Amino acid sequence: MKILVCISHVPDTTSKINFTEENTKFDSNGVQFVINPNDEFGLTRAMWFKEKQGAEVTVVNVGTSETEPTLRKALAIGADGAIRINTPATNSFSVAKQLANVAKDGAYDLIIAGRESIDYNGGMVPGMLAALIDANFVNNCINLDVEGSDAKATREIDGGKETVSTTLPLVIGGQKGLVEESDLRIPNMRGIMMARKKPLTVVEANETSKETTSISFEKPTPKGAVKLVASDNIDELVNLLHNEAKVI
Amino acid sequence: MEKEILRGGQFLVKETSCENIFTPEDFNEDQLMMKEAVTEFVDREIWAKKAQFEQKDYALTESCMRQAGELGFLSISVPEAYGGMGMGFVDTCLVCDYISGATGSFSTAFGAHTGIGTMPITLYGNEEQKQKYVPKLASGEWFGSYCLTEPSAGSDANSGKTKAVLSQDGKTYKITGQKMWISNAGFCSVMIVFARIEDDKNITGFIVEYDPENPNGITMGEEEHKLGIRASSTRQVFFNDTVVPVENMLSTRGNGFKIAMNALNVGRIKLAAACLDAQRRTITESVKYANERIQFKTPISSFGAIRQKIAEMATNCWVGEAATYRASKDIEDRITLRQNNGKDTHQEAELKGVEEYAIECSILKVAVSEFVQKCTDEGIQIFGGMGFSEETPIESAWRDARISRIYEGTNEINRMLSIGMLIKKAMKGHVNVLEPAMAVKEELMGIPSFDVPDYSELFSEEKNIIKNLKKLFLMVAGATLQKYGEKIEKQQQLMLAASDILIQIYLAESAILRAEKMANKEGEDNVKEQIAMAKLNLFHAIDVIETAGKHSIISFSTGDEQRMMLMGLKRYIKYVNMPNIIELRHIIAEKVINENKYCF
Repeated sequence: MKILVCISHVPDTTSKINFTEENTKFDSNGVQFVINPNDEFGLTRAMWFKEKQGAEVTVVNVGTSETEPTLRKALAIGADGAIRINTPATNSFSVAKQLANVAKDGAYDLIIAGRESIDYNGGMVPGMLAALIDANFVNNCINLDVEGSDAKATREIDGGKETVSTTLPLVIGGQKGLVEESDLRIPNMRGIMMARKKPLTVVEANETSKETTSISFEKPTPKGAVKLVASDNIDELVNLLHNEAKVI
Repeated sequence: MEKEILRGGQFLVKETSCENIFTPEDFNEDQLMMKEAVTEFVDREIWAKKAQFEQKDYALTESCMRQAGELGFLSISVPEAYGGMGMGFVDTCLVCDYISGATGSFSTAFGAHTGIGTMPITLYGNEEQKQKYVPKLASGEWFGSYCLTEPSAGSDANSGKTKAVLSQDGKTYKITGQKMWISNAGFCSVMIVFARIEDDKNITGFIVEYDPENPNGITMGEEEHKLGIRASSTRQVFFNDTVVPVENMLSTRGNGFKIAMNALNVGRIKLAAACLDAQRRTITESVKYANERIQFKTPISSFGAIRQKIAEMATNCWVGEAATYRASKDIEDRITLRQNNGKDTHQEAELKGVEEYAIECSILKVAVSEFVQKCTDEGIQIFGGMGFSEETPIESAWRDARISRIYEGTNEINRMLSIGMLIKKAMKGHVNVLEPAMAVKEELMGIPSFDVPDYSELFSEEKNIIKNLKKLFLMVAGATLQKYGEKIEKQQQLMLAASDILIQIYLAESAILRAEKMANKEGEDNVKEQIAMAKLNLFHAIDVIETAGKHSIISFSTGDEQRMMLMGLKRYIKYVNMPNIIELRHIIAEKVINENKYCF
């Protein structure tokens, strides 16, 4: 089985988020980048397939050379090869198109993407990618088994789970559940040493039209201090809600 | 320009360019990945279980060590031929640094195993010994411990009473004696045991296997109950006619004391590294608390009294990093140089490389172990009453920090060693202190210049001060040596004072060079906190040096000589454009408070 795992290079969850250039660009100064958590669950599941059922795992990312440490970490964890599509990831559609080119060329059986990346949280790339390469698609995937060309996938739905059977080639939008947090792998020292020796191919991007452009970003207003009102002081509560918070 | 590698101790008489020092900013991508991997392991497996370690869960320490083995963390410095990664000395220090911050229990187990438990065999073992033991130690299948200390042989390590007696057929030794404070004793399979054969002047090292099912005369005392590092297994080990094959002698007869001392040299710089991450974690926990804790309707992090502490804690940690990684790279380069010369095997190169920087290793051990103590102490103070509670991570960090000033040679022993070794190096001509010392003497006789040089360039004055502080050291230490000659070793208080000066010089210079290197690369405006830390540290260094210098001068000189030296002291500590250190502290604290973590 040939597996392609799509890896987003995203700010660590504890990063301070700021914008520059009049709130049009994310300020990456001093920010630590990591493998997008949803993608990491997928990568770990891919490693499971590799070890238990035999598979060749390639990781792919759309980004500039700054994202290479993230790809190399995926190699250190155990992926066999990496591809970087050399263009900044600006919007979901162009990213999906770039990934589709690589996916078609490599004739992958299974493409694992994260349900969404934790930076812009668009959640659109996996679905678009599936459509572009005309593959089956399961989103919000929390369990995946593959036997021959048949796949059984469980996805999260409102208030429960749904298990579907489908066939390869398949794209999934994966998340926690594919594996658990305790299954996530820490690259071992030998893996880190080997990562340098594995192929990291850089391919140039095909030109795609830009369907959307971000005009500006803003941060949510910071949460104010909490005022505690004694449980028997209803008058004060009404007064605060009416005159201060102006919600009633 | 090719990097000039200074010899050990030469920092005192030579200037170093900032381009010639390695700093944590120079970590390459692989090193950053290693740092991340180690941190992830520690956060997940150790920090999260901190309370369990405090409950003396020795089995947890052992299982974390096995996991560390699986991830390859125990084999960083082990040559590839023996199942290791064969990585460099900087990598070794980096892993040691980041793996040690969560609890002293694990960091002691790790240090004892990879350092004194494994290294004597990789460095001094013969081929058979290395093939037999090292791969298993590197993978974590077996754990090692180091049996040197005895009830009556602590700092005086060569005075041990443990005996090794050769059998009549000449095939085995029987070892009998008592060892104490043996880290990892509870779960080790291999022991490096030092014993005396007949009435030899020096002790001899042996590799002794231990299997609880077949104890071979080895019995273990109960676990010691300690102030800190509570889940580090520490026991007495008793040997009663323990039979050891002659081929298990490590190196040659009588070479044990040398092995013991060299193992400790390496251990010292690694201990300094191991004292860094506990500071980072303490600072982060403390600043998080200070940002959340509201008193007088304000987060306490906005108060000057707290900001002062945060700034000082961050500065010490950052300075410790600068000095530790500077020395680790010097050692690495020296090892590579020796190997490339083709004269040394890797083993010899590593031994001599570390031995070369024994002075720096002692300096670092003392300085950084004192930093972590101060840091955790102030951490508790920031937490106030909460800090005294076992519920906070600072309480155990404070107890764990205490041992670092004692083991791997007490800080007192290491202070005296640093001066003793410097004198030896000077005698051998490895560090030429005589000429510079004479020049200082001459300079003191002359009339000082009252011109104020152009100090507009960054650190130009501070670098000049470093130069002067070195002269001050030569003046004080030179006069002490002249006064007492070979008997100087009996003047322990003077040795300690001289060492304080030496330590401050190495650290202050390392910090300034680190900040300068960053400023050159990123622009002064982008590293104003680092510049502030380098200056704040130098300011404190001058205070310490002035006190130590004064104590020495007034103890051994009188009259005109004393007056002249005190004037020299004043001349050499002169700081024309003294920085406003209260403002410096605000600059540093502001950044740490905004980032809500140690962020340098």
